[in-house]
Amino acid sequence: MSGRLVSRLIIAAAIVVAAVLPIILPSWATLTTLILAKGIVVLGIIILLQAGQVSFGHAMFFGVGAYTIAFWGRYVGPGDLLLFLLLGPLIAMAFGLLIGLFVVRYREIFFGMLNLAFSMVMWSLLEKLYAFTNGADGIRVARPTLAGIAFTPEAFQYVLLYLTLGLVLVVSYGVQRYLDSPLGHMLRAIKGNETRLEYLGVSARKILLIGYVISAFLGGLGGVLVATAQQIATPEFAYWTKSGEFVFIAILGGIANAAGAFAGAAVFETVRFFASAQLANAWQLILGVVLIVIIMFAPNGLIGLRNRRKAQAEVRP
Amino acid sequence: MSRVLISARGLKIRFGGVIAADGIDLDVLEGENLAIIGPNGAGKTTFLNMATGYLRPQAGTVSFLGQDITALPPRTITKLGIARAFQIPQLFLDQTVLENMMIAAAAHAGSMSAFRHLLDLPERKEVEDLLDLVGVRAFANRKAFELPEGQRKLVDIALALALKPTVLLMDEPTSGVASGEKLGLMDILTSALARQKVSSVFVEHDMDMVERYAHRVAVWSSGKIQVVGPPAEVLKNTEVREHVIGI
Repeated sequence: MSGRLVSRLIIAAAIVVAAVLPIILPSWATLTTLILAKGIVVLGIIILLQAGQVSFGHAMFFGVGAYTIAFWGRYVGPGDLLLFLLLGPLIAMAFGLLIGLFVVRYREIFFGMLNLAFSMVMWSLLEKLYAFTNGADGIRVARPTLAGIAFTPEAFQYVLLYLTLGLVLVVSYGVQRYLDSPLGHMLRAIKGNETRLEYLGVSARKILLIGYVISAFLGGLGGVLVATAQQIATPEFAYWTKSGEFVFIAILGGIANAAGAFAGAAVFETVRFFASAQLANAWQLILGVVLIVIIMFAPNGLIGLRNRRKAQAEVRP
Repeated sequence: MSRVLISARGLKIRFGGVIAADGIDLDVLEGENLAIIGPNGAGKTTFLNMATGYLRPQAGTVSFLGQDITALPPRTITKLGIARAFQIPQLFLDQTVLENMMIAAAAHAGSMSAFRHLLDLPERKEVEDLLDLVGVRAFANRKAFELPEGQRKLVDIALALALKPTVLLMDEPTSGVASGEKLGLMDILTSALARQKVSSVFVEHDMDMVERYAHRVAVWSSGKIQVVGPPAEVLKNTEVREHVIGI
């Protein structure tokens, strides 16, 4: 069996598990939705990592997505999820463009810290503008309709799950296409040799900005989905620990391709879910150990384990 | 008379106490291969850096086909038609040789798609021909970091050729290439340049290469051009023989 076929089978199996498991175990429906939605955000982190850049503030776009739907509910009225899924990512993209124009001028630690700074400004505004945002209490998000249809809470968690799963497939396909395209390869070329890229007549800043805006879009999309699933948007969505979590998941899963985002999110959320139930406040400890093990023994992440086996198989005569 | 492509006038630059360019005047003519020779530290690479926008001269101007390009960044100058190959190959090491080349071809063609596969672009055939031409086609699907230094050098030059430049500036194109292969490489390179009507400037230490392949040679010495002329004349010049060639 070829390595490619095995990879596809693993991905197909993962999709089936994500689709079927929550039917058998209803308590997993929302957890699976959260895993998938966060995976979408992590895809955005993976895009930036292709260029060798780590954003420690990407939760701000996650927050923009979440508060788009929260503000809509508070100031406009009931809305439809399809509208939110369009509006949230687009507004996040607009923020991404604006902030991106500044941050793409910097690299590495400066890029990471400048992103952090912007996200802290956003977090502070969400905290302090109490009259508009309810501060740390956040804004409750009412269950939206989907294409005009209202669902019961039980039905809605499955509707949201399958909608999210569908979006994951579309978005992963799109991101993989992007990474294989000229723009995606130029993004990787920024990490490889920015000077040469400029000497090919390409503006590295422009290439990075395109990647940044796409990654903001993904952050916004994840934010809408998570706020809908948890029925609340709080400043925590944009806090730096949330940004760190996304980077953590990306490293855990592996940055070589889109699948890493979801593998990482699945392990992260599952460990957190069970460890926080069984071991109260020790879940960070467990995740910390998991990450240390990953960095030491599988520096290319969970997906890298699979790729390494493939590489070994290819070497064999 | 041949058209002037690149024209440098009065270029000056100083790094601390070192004067790397002290009034450089030089024209690069259409259809020629211009060699630059001179001892280490004479300012040869600095000239290439100033001509391509990597360094900004403290005085003087560089123009290309009459347009002042002194303050332009490398990417803009590249787009105008001046490509560069490097002394130390500048490749995208984590990407395959073919991907390296296709990035260059996509950049030149302006194929900034986010959906088409890089390797499915129509430029692929041309790119593979170029790899054939410089003799690294066999490495097409290898990552650039896996290649020996000499082959990387060839890819570096091929990247510049993929931009279909008007002028190609090369910094020691044959350094790092095995000595037995130098002649073969320069034969291939100069015939490719002639066929594609690309003029060239190349920094070179090997006088044999200069004599064989350059139409003119400019001799650098402490940030100045000592003499410019046909290799047959310049290489006989006693001062040049003593200071540059070391005979």
